[in-house]
Amino acid sequence: MPGRRDYDDIPGTYVFDGRRSRRGYPLNTFLMTLNDAGNREAFRADEQAYLDRFPLDAEQREAVVERDWLRMLEVGGNVYYTYKLAACDGMTFQDLAGQQTGMAREAFAQMMLDGGRPIEGNRTTGPETG
Amino acid sequence: MARLVGGVGCSHVPAVGVAIDKGTTGDPYWAPYFTKVVPAREWMAEVDPDVCIVVYNDHASAFGLDVIPTFALGLADAFPPADEGYGPRPVPPVLGHPELAWHLAESLILDEFDLTLVNEMPVDHGLTVPLSVMFGQPEAWPCRVVPLLVNVVQYPPPTGHRCYRLGQAIARAVAAFEGDEKVVVFGTGGMSHQLQGQRAGLVNVEFDTAFLDGLVADPEAVARIPHVEYLREAGSEGIELVMWLVMRGALPTAVREVHRATHVPTSNTHNGLLVLEPR
Repeated sequence: MPGRRDYDDIPGTYVFDGRRSRRGYPLNTFLMTLNDAGNREAFRADEQAYLDRFPLDAEQREAVVERDWLRMLEVGGNVYYTYKLAACDGMTFQDLAGQQTGMAREAFAQMMLDGGRPIEGNRTTGPETG
Repeated sequence: MARLVGGVGCSHVPAVGVAIDKGTTGDPYWAPYFTKVVPAREWMAEVDPDVCIVVYNDHASAFGLDVIPTFALGLADAFPPADEGYGPRPVPPVLGHPELAWHLAESLILDEFDLTLVNEMPVDHGLTVPLSVMFGQPEAWPCRVVPLLVNVVQYPPPTGHRCYRLGQAIARAVAAFEGDEKVVVFGTGGMSHQLQGQRAGLVNVEFDTAFLDGLVADPEAVARIPHVEYLREAGSEGIELVMWLVMRGALPTAVREVHRATHVPTSNTHNGLLVLEPR
């Protein structure tokens, strides 16, 4: 696969391309099983035993166990899949979004009420031209 | 022949569905948004379509990463609401229109749009939230629905241009359908939002406004927006806006803007609602 992409300079953004999808396949496959109520119950009852069913690598497994939502993206998770785990834990999508930013829950909610994260200063990690 | 009587662009924010399902639409947080929805609902009630073709994306509900169709069409008699990880929404089953769906399948594939055909699948908030926005909480949905899925989760989604052309092909197919159905096409998702990473919470009202203006007046130009611009300007999940181009492509060049409403925030999203009629 080609190396550098035209979106790689967008800050704080994990575009779910083939590089990430390939790495994250076992992780996302596990996460999707949480669509089933019985599976959610089994996972809650014994997380370790449930995770043993899937070939997650050590980093993926650790990210899941520690609920490190940003780390899950870094090791190939897709946010629509990680949300299933967040929902299993009783979180809203705003809780999940906020936790990835390191902001406190109330601060993130207030930022959204104030019109969201501004685009100015958030277009690129390089010099802003947009 | 069947008639395309309108197009709806509509965000599909899960929390909007939750607000409707739990009866909290009158709360201070939600009331300003739901007030803006009223004229669109009135339009829909007046148009009273027989079928809605709802262009949306699945969010790891019916499709995982094992098979990822770029475009897929639902052919079933009925589609149950999906359990997306927190139990299915308490909404009626979505009744399909297999005759129109099969006609679309044959027409679009022979028109060189290579759709994946789906006989069984649940439908998630991507499809059911726009129905709730436009129809409220009926005991049964007042029209048939043909689901048309677009992959926007696995990068890359189809280009905006491809989506626009697909919409044009849908218009040709509907016009050739031997029936007297009134058809409305939905394009769903967007507008600017980012749910992932440290940049989560991004909103870009300026981009969204230009997108809506262009979608109405100069869709060919909007269809040329490259993916990197959506990702950068509208957020990683804002790229869902390509699905609005399917809806726009299904309408003639000249349209009347019946209603436009935007609202920040609905959860993490700059919410958009747009109603267009052929002129």
